[in-house]
Amino acid sequence: MVKQISIFLENKCGRMIRVSEVLGEAGINIRALSIADTSDFGILRLIVDQPEKACSVLREKGFMASVTEVIALEVPDVPGGLAKALSPLEEAGINIEYLYAFVQKRTADALILVRVENINAALQVLQENDIPVISSERIYSL
Amino acid sequence: MWNRNHEAMPREKLARLQFLRLKQTLEAVYQLVPHYQKIFREIGAEPGDIRSLADLARLPFTIKDDLRNNYPYGLFTDGLNEVVRIHSSSGTTGLPTVVGYTRHDLEIWAELMARALSGAGAVRDSVVHIAYGYGLFTGGLGVHYGAEKIGATVVPISGGQTRRQVRMMKDLGTTLLACTPSYALNIAETMEEMQIDPGELQLKSGLFGAEPWSDNMRRVIEKKLQISAFDIYGLSEVMGPGVAYECPAKEGLHLAEDHFIAEIIDPASDEVLPEGATGELVITTITKEALPVVRYRTHDITSLTREPCPCGRTHLRMAKVSGRTDDMLIIRGVNVFPSQVESILLNIGATEPHYQLVVDREGALDTLEIRVELTEQMFSDKVKGLEGLEKLIRDEISNLLGISTAVKLVEPKTIPRSEGKAERVIDRRKLR
Repeated sequence: MVKQISIFLENKCGRMIRVSEVLGEAGINIRALSIADTSDFGILRLIVDQPEKACSVLREKGFMASVTEVIALEVPDVPGGLAKALSPLEEAGINIEYLYAFVQKRTADALILVRVENINAALQVLQENDIPVISSERIYSL
Repeated sequence: MWNRNHEAMPREKLARLQFLRLKQTLEAVYQLVPHYQKIFREIGAEPGDIRSLADLARLPFTIKDDLRNNYPYGLFTDGLNEVVRIHSSSGTTGLPTVVGYTRHDLEIWAELMARALSGAGAVRDSVVHIAYGYGLFTGGLGVHYGAEKIGATVVPISGGQTRRQVRMMKDLGTTLLACTPSYALNIAETMEEMQIDPGELQLKSGLFGAEPWSDNMRRVIEKKLQISAFDIYGLSEVMGPGVAYECPAKEGLHLAEDHFIAEIIDPASDEVLPEGATGELVITTITKEALPVVRYRTHDITSLTREPCPCGRTHLRMAKVSGRTDDMLIIRGVNVFPSQVESILLNIGATEPHYQLVVDREGALDTLEIRVELTEQMFSDKVKGLEGLEKLIRDEISNLLGISTAVKLVEPKTIPRSEGKAERVIDRRKLR
């Protein structure tokens, strides 16, 4: 399981930059990010090297931030790679709340971050289907 | 109970005392204040024509504009001859008004504040932290003299520098906090930020007033500060804090009937309403010397009951003020009080009452946007979760008030915090 930071952002100038400044000043490195937005707010989701510290410095600076657990999957960077990794979850009736992907520098595989309702059930399904789940240590140190 | 003889006086005796004191007050204003002389002449009456407490309703109201029109000393009975103190209202709702006190007025004020503080548990050994503003505002000095009268130890810290306040409360062993309810919340949050557990303090109770607050807000304050929170009521035009105060039963605020006569009127028709009805509180002072007021319209919305209280005090009780007739927003013809929105937010549970109502007009239609600060408990990392929360708030408001609103979640600490009174409403219609 990987710890993800979720941050509430009002849609106004400079808030994203401010998040990155706060993390930069604290020496925290962003590994991956995604943003979900509506017309008046956004939720910024970050994978960083020091999630607990990131959450507390953001809160100190007045941001609404929380830690959520997500699953990191490695999928081959080929057509159909994503479907192959996710179909066991669908078959098991596990609902995916959201996901986002990023490509690694050193390997040919893509990394997928998946947020599900029942994380333990999802992990079991993935294990049974031999879908490789990436450890949090490896993600934080990418 | 601070003064059993007066606070638990049998009601028949109390009524006789009230009538006697009312007669004296009416004679005094008739003899000494041109404004009241004129009023009596206009209705073709003299003070002697007021033969019962019920006859009081024959007299016209005194309103804030009367104080403004006679600014600064026009309604004083004897100029500044016996006046030893001046206070002034904050002027947030218009021009300032000036009020004065004789030495005797200050003694009575201290007496009533001593009753209020005793009701909230203050004794000689108490350490009373007064974070109401000191100065022209009646809050600071009003509570101050009452606490000294009891013989408690007073920390006259006034408002502001909240972190320093928390440290002082902890170091000095404060047992009672007196401030506005919104500042009490501010203190509680600061304590959390400083990672100080309220259990490390000696704090037992709080006396909060100067702005309307809901029972839900009381629960939040009590939980966060681990205290028992008491409401206190007053206004500078009538005296200041201490006009009415909660006893440990907390089933309404005992209004000091040996010094004031209270009525409830319909703010639209001006008619006196029967006991138990909700309307605007009107107060006549019956012992004030420097600046007596006859049937002063407070603009505060409440109801009165003379039912016996388990605490033994016989003075009537007013319900917690639920709003102000001048805070009342009329949105698309519907009366809306910020306090109603507050209770909805608190009923939803996970919220703290940091909110702001923004009223505007688009074309001919009034719009209401409610800004609510997101808290940890409310936060969800899913868009669906936050949109669901906005919808829940919208639906609850629509159910209660029958109007549609826009709800906007905002980041923590983006709604201005008050050191004194909270700015709950921005009405842009007035600017256009």
